[in-house]
Amino acid sequence: MTGTSKNQVADVPRGTTISGKWNKQTYQIMKKLGSGALGTVYLADSVKGRVALKIGTDSMSITSEVNVLKQLSMVQGTVLGPFFYEIDDWERSGKKFPFYVMEYIDGEPLFTFINRRGKEWIGILMLQLLRDLSALHREGWVFGDLKPDNLLVEGSPPTVRWLDVGGTTPMGRSVKEFTEFFDRGYWGLGNRVAEPSYDLFSVAMIVLNAGYPKRFDRPKKDAEHYLMNKIESSQLLKEYKPILRKALLGKYGYASEMRQELFALLQGEKTNVRKNKVNSSHSRVAARQTRPKAKKKRTGWVETVLLVAFLLFFYTLYLVGHIF
Amino acid sequence: MKKGTLRQILLITDGCSNQGEDPVAMAALAREHGMTVNVIGVLDENERTEGLKEIENIALSGGGIHQLVYAKQLSHTVQMVTRKAMTQTIQGFIHKELQSILGHDKEIEDLPPDKRGQVVEVVDELGETMDLEVLIMIDTSASMQHKLPTVEDALLDLSISLHSRIGENEYALYAFPGKRKQVERLMDWTPILKDIHTIFPKLTTGGITPTGPALKEAIDAYQKKRSKRGLLDDGYIEESSS
Repeated sequence: MTGTSKNQVADVPRGTTISGKWNKQTYQIMKKLGSGALGTVYLADSVKGRVALKIGTDSMSITSEVNVLKQLSMVQGTVLGPFFYEIDDWERSGKKFPFYVMEYIDGEPLFTFINRRGKEWIGILMLQLLRDLSALHREGWVFGDLKPDNLLVEGSPPTVRWLDVGGTTPMGRSVKEFTEFFDRGYWGLGNRVAEPSYDLFSVAMIVLNAGYPKRFDRPKKDAEHYLMNKIESSQLLKEYKPILRKALLGKYGYASEMRQELFALLQGEKTNVRKNKVNSSHSRVAARQTRPKAKKKRTGWVETVLLVAFLLFFYTLYLVGHIF
Repeated sequence: MKKGTLRQILLITDGCSNQGEDPVAMAALAREHGMTVNVIGVLDENERTEGLKEIENIALSGGGIHQLVYAKQLSHTVQMVTRKAMTQTIQGFIHKELQSILGHDKEIEDLPPDKRGQVVEVVDELGETMDLEVLIMIDTSASMQHKLPTVEDALLDLSISLHSRIGENEYALYAFPGKRKQVERLMDWTPILKDIHTIFPKLTTGGITPTGPALKEAIDAYQKKRSKRGLLDDGYIEESSS
């Protein structure tokens, strides 16, 4: 692909022991997890337990990914990307292969999970995603290449985890790694400057992707109208329209704003549907049910005022009628 | 480190040259002048890749990157190739600097992994902030006709990516063959690539593929630009002339 030919790593067979040139740690390859443009990820056994190990060919791009992983590991309080352990070189038959070791996330792809557990999980997982993005943005980073393929749902309670953070970009710089469907530049709805609204566009497109698993191409013109039509004509997406619209048009400056509005929207809908299903043990449910009550109170108050005004009006008419 | 300008020639073509100078030689000459030549081969679905070898060789001797794509993926590819080539040039430059510090047989890989991180940060920083000049050469031979709308989209996409950077950008646009000459200038150096939708519909396609003369013209265009600016600005990175 590139002008300078890079030596490709052939698949590393099961049972192979990888030992680091610098740190002298050893890892036993268990199986291949997947491969991308920059390298192959394996499940490996080590003194740390099971880890994910990525072997690449180009030490610059491997180093670049490690830079990001290290930064994310420093974010306090929230677990953002996979936890980073170490970077090293593996020498095999005279050649050096850079590799790094990170936490193994034993999760399920986002859409596989949603298909198995139900569509109502979309909103909840997006709330989680937006909370994590909010933390990432606060630290001065933008995810960049946000797409379902880079998200896993792990454990119980189900939690969204980020798999590939290679596209993460410092705020204000340009996003270099992206996937067309999730990129606002592709849709002509913005530039590729790393800012919160870039990620929020991608979040909206992930939801659209849930409604259109096969995705779709951009139209010749007026992408905005086209996307709104796509939302309107999907039963699943329609209810999210106000939020998706704002995210697609870059109206949210912060992930927390979008999260709040999504939260409010889900509350409204869930109190209707979920009243008879009190099985959820999350503390969120409590919060979810207090706010609509307040709303109801206010509309009740307005009704009373109107009624009183109405009665007063008729009473005045009645009095006036009496005088003349 | 002084911030400089990266100079690229981006050649978008779909086949073999058949007139004039050897494009591989012209690419080598461009490299001597401190430019990088990147080549993108645009294919139709199921198209055979006859020009493959030439495309590869032009990029190789021009110190750049080549990539064959189907028209559908062109947008993503054009911006990716441009950015990758920038990184590659900067890496080459840093590599030389490192060798002058660490000794001639040393590579980036000889640094401990922790130190490499800092090198990568410098490369990223430069890729983001350096000024960039791209001279775009579009093959308008007959077989390219129906691919031109895609090329237009791809160039707009490229400008979105490049304008999201912090550094300045300048573009020039040429077509080969031209209406009367082998090579025709469509757009002189400009910081904005927005007006191309007025140029593309007027493009006529046909005839020969003078890739070599096109590259020669590109070198000339850069020379002219440089002599004009020479008095004001000497910030170019001369990394390939040693």
